[in-house]
Amino acid sequence: MKLLRCPLNGVRPIEEFAYGGEVRRAPNAEVCSDAQWGDHVFNRSGSPRVKREWWYHVPSGYWFIAERDTSSDVVLTTYGAERLREVIRRETGR
Amino acid sequence: MFRCPERLRDTYDVVIIGAGGHGLAAAYYLARDHGIRKVAVLEKGYLGGGNTGRNTTIIRSNYLTPQGVQFYDHSVRLWQDLSGELDLNLFYSTRGHFTLAHSDSLLRTLRWRAEVNKHYGVRSEVVDRAFIKAHLPMLDLECGGHWPVLGALYHEPGAIARHDAVAWGYARAADSLGVEIHQQTEVIGLDVAADAVVGVRTTRGRIATRKVLCAVAGHTPRILDPLGLRTPIYVHPLQAMVTEPMKRWLDPIVVSGSLHVYVSQTARGELVMGASLDPYELHQTRSTLEFTESLAAHLLDLFPALGEVKVLRQWAGLADMTPDFAPIMGTTPIAGFYLDAGWGTWGFKATPICGKTMSHTVATGQDHPLIEGFNLARFARFEMTGEKGAAAVGH
Repeated sequence: MKLLRCPLNGVRPIEEFAYGGEVRRAPNAEVCSDAQWGDHVFNRSGSPRVKREWWYHVPSGYWFIAERDTSSDVVLTTYGAERLREVIRRETGR
Repeated sequence: MFRCPERLRDTYDVVIIGAGGHGLAAAYYLARDHGIRKVAVLEKGYLGGGNTGRNTTIIRSNYLTPQGVQFYDHSVRLWQDLSGELDLNLFYSTRGHFTLAHSDSLLRTLRWRAEVNKHYGVRSEVVDRAFIKAHLPMLDLECGGHWPVLGALYHEPGAIARHDAVAWGYARAADSLGVEIHQQTEVIGLDVAADAVVGVRTTRGRIATRKVLCAVAGHTPRILDPLGLRTPIYVHPLQAMVTEPMKRWLDPIVVSGSLHVYVSQTARGELVMGASLDPYELHQTRSTLEFTESLAAHLLDLFPALGEVKVLRQWAGLADMTPDFAPIMGTTPIAGFYLDAGWGTWGFKATPICGKTMSHTVATGQDHPLIEGFNLARFARFEMTGEKGAAAVGH
């Protein structure tokens, strides 16, 4: 059985979770071009790598972030969504 | 069945990445229809070892969009003559295909599909419970009381075939026309100059070529990313399993989108079946117990008599999914680079027509008219070719 550590509920079976897709930054819809918007809406980075993803613990209604290697399915870390802004700022400097 | 040339040549007219059904079919039709025989098909593993050898072999054309219905109808017609054409018994077997509806909304979608199908001359009908009972006497129409069957889409040309034989047959036929098939030859990268393909780098050296066809299913993003070609493709595993062999009792192919089951009985008596995609992105073909349990439970809703039947084996493939459940085929912004991708969970049935249309596209540099709705450029125009309603199971 696959397991995932929820920051709120601890280690739970993977069937209790829903996958919410990669964390992505939307372009400013007011100023971006149609091409940029189309790229954001449709295109994805499909190659295997460590990705920062949204996950949802269904029974408790809790969204959080997991950093997961999509080639090995190893989850490196999970943390509450409230820390996302801080993590990205530390990484990118903005 | 085919030669295994010892060394790569320095140059080819066309290099095809991926020796699955699609790549081999394209090689065959390039040689047969277009006279282009200096072709190399490169395969990093073994021939037909990807999704060609991992799918559940269902062939049908009961799609939803006009582009899809016409495309798959051409494919079914090619399939029907393919054993003779390739001089190899593909065990092509027309069985009839039932898509069961357990809700009014699904019945409406099936009606829609039936009308689009009939408009293009494809035999599909919405049928009632009595018709289903007559063709599938062993099916529990009440599904154990969980989700009774209200009706179905019956698609008479629905068929199955021996998937490995398709790869071998195309390989042999292409080989006999001069195409070289190189297994254990991985593509490391493409050389592009001034937005045009000039060569392919492989684990066995560099090849100069002006035309490359990429037909690598779940490995597509790994080829495209270094080229800077952005696509909506994301990869999920798709699992399948078979039971022990039984005497033949199930003639038609049965699909229940709501129960997430599709099942047919192979020529050797095994029930081969699948369900929906694994629920999140993963580039790995490991099997899971969750899949076996949920598929077995739903299968028993349909066929309670199978309670004592054993599961023999299970496996997975990497499905390259697109947001509209239609493939991504044809020309790309890189001159000489052609894509046959986005085949997700629906690629096997399209093998012959993909070979036909992609060989035309590679030979002429122009998308074949049948695949114009599938070009990568559709996303930038916000023009989806929505086939999700015709997917085998609800996703």
